[in-house]
Order: sequence, then structure tokens, then C-alpha cells
Amino acid sequence: MMKSKPDEEDYWNSSKFKAFTFDDEDDEFSRLKESKQAVNSIRRLVEEDDDEDDVEKVSWSGEPVGSISWSVRETAASNQRTDREPAFPKINADTPTVSRSHSGYSLSSLFKGKTKTGSFQFSDSLSDSSVRLYAPELRKPKSEYKDYVSDWSPEETVHRMQQGKAVSLEKFRSLQDKLLLLDFSISAHDGNVITAVLIYLKRTLSKEVLFRELESRQTALRHFIHYLTETRDQRLLLELLRALGRTEDIALLQYKEHLSIADENKRRDFLKSCLSLPFSPEDSAHVQDHYTLLERQIIIEATDRQAERGGKVEIFQKFPRRASILNMPLITTLYYCCFYHYTESEGTYSSPLNVRQTFRISEKQFFVTALAARAKLKAWVDVDALFTSRNWLGFTRKKSPLGFHRVVDILQKNSAPTQVLQEYVGLVDDAELRISLAQKHKCHDIIINTYRDLKDRQQLLGYRGKVERGSVEERKINELLDNPQIRWKN
Amino acid sequence: MAHSARRDSPELPDFSLLKRLARDQLIYLLEQLPGKKDLFIEADLMSPLDRIANVSTLKQHEVDKLYKVEYKPVISTSDQLCFLIRPRIQTVKWICDVVNADKAAGKFRRYKLIFTPQKFYACEAVLEEQGIFGDVTTDEWAFYLLPLDDDIISLELPEFFRDNFLAGDQRWVRTAGSTLHLLHSIYGPFSKIYGIGRCSKMAYESWREQVEEGETKARQAEIGNVFLIDRDVDFVTPLCSQVVYEGLVDDIFRIKCGCVEFGPDVTSSDKSMKVMLNSQDKVFNEIRNEHFSNVFGFLSQKARNLQTAYDKRRGMDIKQMKTFVSEELKGLKQEHRLLSLHIGASESIMKKKTKQDFQELLKTEHSLLEGFEIRECISFIEEHINRQVSMIESLRLLCLLSITENGLLPKDYRSLKAQYLQSYGVDHLLTFANLRQLGLLVEQQPGETLTVMESKVGKLVNDKTAGKLTDAFSSLAKKSNFRALSKKLNLVPKSDEEYDLRVPRDMAYIFSGAYIPLSCKLIEQVLERDGWTGLEEVTRLLNGHEFAVTGSTKSDTNDAQRIVLVMFLGGCTFSEISALRFLGRERGYKFIVVTTAITNSSRLIEALLDNHV
Repeated sequence: MMKSKPDEEDYWNSSKFKAFTFDDEDDEFSRLKESKQAVNSIRRLVEEDDDEDDVEKVSWSGEPVGSISWSVRETAASNQRTDREPAFPKINADTPTVSRSHSGYSLSSLFKGKTKTGSFQFSDSLSDSSVRLYAPELRKPKSEYKDYVSDWSPEETVHRMQQGKAVSLEKFRSLQDKLLLLDFSISAHDGNVITAVLIYLKRTLSKEVLFRELESRQTALRHFIHYLTETRDQRLLLELLRALGRTEDIALLQYKEHLSIADENKRRDFLKSCLSLPFSPEDSAHVQDHYTLLERQIIIEATDRQAERGGKVEIFQKFPRRASILNMPLITTLYYCCFYHYTESEGTYSSPLNVRQTFRISEKQFFVTALAARAKLKAWVDVDALFTSRNWLGFTRKKSPLGFHRVVDILQKNSAPTQVLQEYVGLVDDAELRISLAQKHKCHDIIINTYRDLKDRQQLLGYRGKVERGSVEERKINELLDNPQIRWKN
Repeated sequence: MAHSARRDSPELPDFSLLKRLARDQLIYLLEQLPGKKDLFIEADLMSPLDRIANVSTLKQHEVDKLYKVEYKPVISTSDQLCFLIRPRIQTVKWICDVVNADKAAGKFRRYKLIFTPQKFYACEAVLEEQGIFGDVTTDEWAFYLLPLDDDIISLELPEFFRDNFLAGDQRWVRTAGSTLHLLHSIYGPFSKIYGIGRCSKMAYESWREQVEEGETKARQAEIGNVFLIDRDVDFVTPLCSQVVYEGLVDDIFRIKCGCVEFGPDVTSSDKSMKVMLNSQDKVFNEIRNEHFSNVFGFLSQKARNLQTAYDKRRGMDIKQMKTFVSEELKGLKQEHRLLSLHIGASESIMKKKTKQDFQELLKTEHSLLEGFEIRECISFIEEHINRQVSMIESLRLLCLLSITENGLLPKDYRSLKAQYLQSYGVDHLLTFANLRQLGLLVEQQPGETLTVMESKVGKLVNDKTAGKLTDAFSSLAKKSNFRALSKKLNLVPKSDEEYDLRVPRDMAYIFSGAYIPLSCKLIEQVLERDGWTGLEEVTRLLNGHEFAVTGSTKSDTNDAQRIVLVMFLGGCTFSEISALRFLGRERGYKFIVVTTAITNSSRLIEALLDNHV
């Protein structure tokens, strides 16, 4: 990270974060190693008769069974005691109560307006706002109609459904009844029942009517969308989204289908057809890139496969391709091109420069990828050129759009030799960071020079103890320590 | 190292009863299909099943062969097939295919579907549509609760998170209510319930209705207080890297159903090993809640003690040796086994973490939490993306940035999204759409102006549209308040003070002293205040939906009042559990964590990916 130096140091010096570092291999880690040795040293003793029973393992191995029906009896019994529990108060959970039916009919109006024939007096009910919410006279005592399943009110129906009891929805034929049922299920907060009602409505209402009613019931709408997604009813889902005017969702949903097309040519053609979908301008550009990329990958793949089989191109012989480049992300493709097609002129599809330009890849991104690819090939000359080619202002120092400690990290991950690493470790600005990197990668020269520059005699003395006896490094340290011209600060 | 608990700390209730209940119920269901049968088990039910029953249990009830549900044609020759499944449409469709294939081949079998924890109408609708309703019998196995440890109970429903929060499907609300109901009837009656979040509120209502419907016996309460919390109240905490041992083990090795598989690098042998991680493991029990930096010290001390104990053997006469072998050796061997495993694990963690610049990653996270040097954080994330380091990790950091900063500046959002798609594939357009929908990764909106616009627009358009707009606005407002909350609740301790991780002074220790988890802080505050009084500003910032209710008869047993059941709807992390254990020790509470599933940053993000079929 590119913190300014004082900040960086403040940060590390603040005791809060100093308590522990994962990089601190010396102390904690070595203690851990010691404990490990200690434990290992007694392992033989322990393994004398290894009966494997000490650590609990997950297995299907046997254990006698407890009594079977105990719990069933217990539960049954517990349901028969009659002492009442303390009643807990009801809290108003979010969803509007049914009386606030969005469709324009209030619940009270429904109860009032409902007559024996099921006809419905619209004007009458809407004008009367003082009617009580639940008209009790409409509720017969349960015992009276227990046997007629079809007589349950919407509320009772929802209630029974929640308990998993048998119900019949067929009697809810008028739109008002259906919506009432839906609204009660919504206010019961039971997604299972909401979906069940929606399935019934889907079967018994025209799409236009259903969609219209769902638009004002967000909870039900989301359940319906989820249901259609799970049942993979793409066609109806698209129709619904269209009716709702959710164009971006439509675009994404259709775009998603490409994932199930295995054949690359078909997938490419499908992506091409996606270009006209109503994406946001930003996403539209991404989908265009997706199409262009796959088109290009198909061409590169065909050419390279042939080249590889032909056995004439050296790089494919030396580093056989491990996988096809098809459907890989753009950066992976760029890496591939930097690996196999680095020197190609900008005119070819597989030229890294061409890829960079076509897909508007940032300078830093290009740099990182090229660096990793060339380092992997141990093409140190190319690596070097990446830094120096940027030297148009006449500087002799190497420049990098990426912090040099990151550069070191990338090189090290690609197992660069010490002399290569050393060059870049030396370019790290921050002295402390430079030293810690140099220590990690055993770049003695850099450490010694840095301590010299810091005029830190104590550190240098300490470091002498860490280098090999009689080595060049030791000699160099001794020379420095003996040098009378250096004014040590300690 | 192990903190001394307050002496008056109450005992935890015994949850093994729940396992027994579930097992007996399963056996009862299996007996409903007498005779030999083959059993097909949904893949993600295998581990939970493993915790409560075993093969011989099943064999005793005439289960012949066991299969995993793999959506392939079945090869079983049994004339009775039993399916133990989650209520998922895809699985039911597969079963329909199996039955219909049998029908076409003129093969006659009996089929039984056991849904757990409950069945859904949508699944039965599939049976009906596919014409096999009536050809199969269905049942429910009310296996709601799996105790993972003395103080952790899981519903093992990771899909709860996506279904509820992303899709807005309330299918699991009743499940959550039933869960509470079960706990209430065995370990209740509860006397106080606090909660925050939409789903919590609905779960509470569902539970209350179930209490009213059923009649339960009066008994001595073992659990007095309950706290319900929605995962979307606090997304920051689960998005942070975990540094407490148990959390770290979960982040790196993935603990599954209380069990972890350690690879050869940990076991220092050529085979992997599955190990149960719970309080039964004495070594683990002492380090699970510790900051990772303390773990080494503890393990070395243990190793030394062990060495001493073994050394005692030298110079023993035969009789002493006999006593040693019969009394101590087994314990020592067990300890040795565990010790070497945890040392191996720590070593492997160290190796992995030093390799990937963990220190710098943590520094970035801490800066984001503090709201400090955000540009540097952004360039760190950008480099992460550029170098194609873990796709999940990059996304996690982006989300953390977005939540802590009230969304990204439009130009940053566009540039980071574009680079992300370049590095990990354009398919992730769908993932970004999900993250935006959930409010986890959004573009910054000009704040104030919206509210004004909202009210203006509200007047102009009809109710429907206004309602929709308000929804959209409030979902924005909801996620945008981390800084204010952090200030209000002191979530980020002052950085100039020393923080000794060996002697933690508050719950921030679980994040190296950099951040107190919001979720746990809320719990602490509400318990302390016995409600939400004085937290009005906080709940406003969290978009409301808070509640605190008291039952009509107050249970006066003191112990039960200090047992607090915290239910996380949408998952909780091991770090949060550690924080609550710490809080419990400090305040003399015992916390029981009930969660829909154990989560962590990777699981959370993975649940929202959409770059696959």
C-alpha cells in the first residue's frame, strides 16, 4: 500500500497493532516450531499402541440406539397439559395489515359487501370507513361447520395452511376472495403459504390480472419471482418483468442463460444476440466486451491448438498449454497472450498490445500481468525492459506503476533468483520495508548497505551474527565497522 | 490463559435432549415404511445426520443401502425407496423423474419422501404437476436444531440467508418461529424477548402464535432471555477477517457442522483427518476464543507440561509405572494427539497467512473500519483485483468498503467493477446485481437531496409508486450509517491507546483491538439497559424494527435470567460467538447461540455469487 512514510511508521509504531504480526517469523513462529519438536519427540512413545480411539472422528460407526418412541410419547404428553403459558404481546411486524389492501378494496368493505350470492357492492362499501375490521357476526362458531372444509374464511384457511392442515382453495373464486386470501397470507409472514396461494392464483387468474395485482404487493411479488426462478419458468418470469417494466432485470436474466450453453460458437452467437438487450449503458459495454472476448478466444484457441499439434512452435513444446483459453476472464487471456504471444505485432488478435487496446486495459493492470507472465517464463530481460522502456523522461532509475515491494512479491512468487530479486528489493523506497524484504529474500548486500546508510552500527553488529562465518558478507561488514570515516549514530 | 469465569455463572441447559428428540423422530418415520428400504440422503444433510444417528441406527430400522442424492438415475434394486431431503424444488423434480422412469419401465416400488425440517406447498405442487402425487407418501422430520456444542445450536440452513435477504422469500420465517417454540417448550418459558430486524420481528410473531395455539406444561425455566437479530443489521462483522483461533480455523479450513478436515500438511502424515472441534477437545477449548497471537504461547506451555508429565515416568518402579499407565497415560496420549494437531494447524495457518500478505490485508480492513486513508485502501483493493488474487476476497473487501463508506463514489464504483469483471469474468455482472440489490455494494447517492426529492415525488405520484420509492430509499438509508453507528456505540477504540491482546478489555480483542462487533455491542447494550431506551438514535440508523417484550408471568429464578439465548437469523460467525462468550464472562451471563448456520465472509459472499448455472 502506498502510505506516505511518516504515516506508515506511525501506524506500525502504534502499540495497538504492534502486539502481533503474522510476518514475525522469528519469535512466535520459532517458539511454535520448538513446541512442535517437543511434541514430535514424544510421538514414538505415544504411538506404541495406537488405538485410534482418542480423537473423536466423524464416521458412521456403530453406537447402540436409544428408545425409539420415547420422544414421540414425550412430545404428545407435553401437548396435553393444560396450564397456560404467559401470553406474549403482539408486535406490529412490518407488513401492512390486510385492511390496507392496495388493490383499492378494504377488508372491511369486503365483509360488509359480501352477500349470500357472493355479489359485491362496490360503492357502498368504499364509502363506509367506520365499519369494524372483522365483522364478528360472519364468524360462525367453529363446531358448526367443522365438516365443511370449503367453509373456512380466508383467514382461517391461511391459518390452517400454516399448520399444514388440509384446505381447499377452490372456493376462492372471485378476485376479491383470492386477493383477500393472498393478503392474509402476506400478513401471516409465512412464505410457504404465500407461495401456495400464488401457485393457486397463477393457475386461476389470467397473467394480466395477476401481474397487475402483484405490482402493488411487493412481498408477494418477490415470492412469485423466487418461485418462478426456482421452477425455472423463464418464460413467465420474463413476461412478468416486462409487465413491471423492469428492463434491466430482463436483460440480466436473459444474459444469464449463456451460462448453460456449452458450445463456444453457440455461446458466442447467443452473447451477440444479448447486445441489443436493455442493459444500463455501463453494463452494455461489459456485455459487448464479453462477446468480443469470446469471439477472439475462439480464434486464438483454434490457431494455437493447431500450432501446438504441429509441433513447430517452440514455446508450445516447452510449455504445453494446460487448459483451453475459452471462457477465461480477460486478464487471464491477457496473461496467456503475454506468455505465448509476447512479441507479436499489434496487428494480430493474440498480440498483448492489441488486447490491451481493444479492451481498454489500464496501464497498471497491463504492467502487472505482463510482469507476472514474463517472470513465469524467467524472461528476465523482458522483465527488465518493462521497467526501463518506461524511461522516456530520461531518468536512469527504474520506474514502476506498481510499488516495488509488490514487484518483488510477484517475482518471488515466480521463483526469481536472488540476484534478480535483489535488484528490485533495492528499489523499495521505505528503508524498513526494504530491510524486511531483504531479510526475507536473503539479500545481504542490501541489508548491509541500508544499515550503512542509516549509520546504524548496532544493527550492523547484530546482523554480523546472522551471516555465515567467513563469508563475503561477514568480511564486508567487518570492513564497514572498521571504516573510520563513517560516523555511526550509535 | 483460560479466563476465570465468574463464580456465580449459571450452568447451561443440556441440549443433548434435542439430538435424542430428532433421532427418535427419525426412527419413528423410518418405521412408517416397514420392511427393507434404500435411503437417499440429501448431500448437505449427511453431516447433520451424522451428528445424531449412525449407520447402525439406520440399519436397525431396515435401511439397506445408503445413497447420496446426486440428481442421477438411481441404480437401487430395492422395492422401497426413502428420500431424506430438504424441501427444494430441484430435489423433488429429480424424485419425480425417478418415479416416472420406474413407471415407464413398469417397475413397481413404494416411495417415501421425508422433508426436513418441514415440507413446502411448492414441493407438493411439483409432485402434483408431475403426476406422482399419491404415488408417493410424504412426511416431515422436524429436525430443526442441531447442537454443535454446549452453547451453539445450528439450524444448518445456510440457504436461509439468500432466500430471506436476497430473494425476499419468507419461507423460513415459520421455521424460525417453530425453532423458538421448540426451545421455549423444552427450556422455557422465556420471560423477556428482545430483537431487531424485520425477520426477527416476523419470527417472533410466528412463535407467539404457535405458543397461543399449543398448550404447554408449566415448568421451571432454564432460559430466561432471548435476543433475535437479523444478519442484515450487521454485515460489517461477518465481512472482516477472523483472527480468533476458532474463526481463523473456519476461515482457512472450513469447519463443517462442528467438524474440520485437516490435510496432510497439518497432520504431518500422508492422510487427512477429520476432527470434531468442540469443548470436548480440551486443548481446543482453551484456545478457541483466543486471539491467534496468544495461541503459540499457550501451545508451547502445554507442550512443555506434557513433556514433564511424560518425563515423570523415568525412575518409576514397576508399581508406580502401573498406576501411571492405568491412570495418566491415556489422558496424556489424548492430549498429545490434540496438541500436535493444533500445533500443526497453527503452523499451517501461519504459512498460509504469511504467504498472502495477511498483515497488509488486516491493515486495510482496520483502515476501512476507522475511515482512515480510504484512497490507499482503494488502491490496495484495486491491486488485489489486478493480480487476480482470490475472487471472493476482492469482493469481500469491496463490500466492506461500500458499507463503511456509504457506498462507493460513482467513478470508483465503475472503475472497480470494470476491473473486477476483467479479472474474474463478465459473468459477475449478475453477482454485482445481487450485491446491489442487497445493498452490500452500491454507488454512493447524493444523500440529503434524495429525501427532499422523495417527499416531492411522493406528492406527485400515486401511493403505489411512492411506496416503492420509499422502499428503495430506506434500503439505501439502511446500509449507509456505519460511521455514525460506530461513533455512537464506540465500536472503534481509540487507536492511540495500548491494547493488550493477552488481557482483553472488551470485545474488540476478537479483531485485534480494532473493532467491537456491532451485533454483539447491540446485545450488550440492550441487556444492560433492559430494552432499547436510550438507543433511539442507534435504532434509527439501523432502520428500526427493534422490539422488547415481556411475558405476562415473570419467572423469578435468578439463574435462568442470566441465560441468554441469542438467535442469529441469516448466520453468525465464530468470532461473534467468541465475543459473546467474552461478554458473558465479564457480565456473568451465559450465552447460547442459535443460528440458521455458521457463516464467515467467504460463505456470505459465495451465497451471493451468480456466475454459475
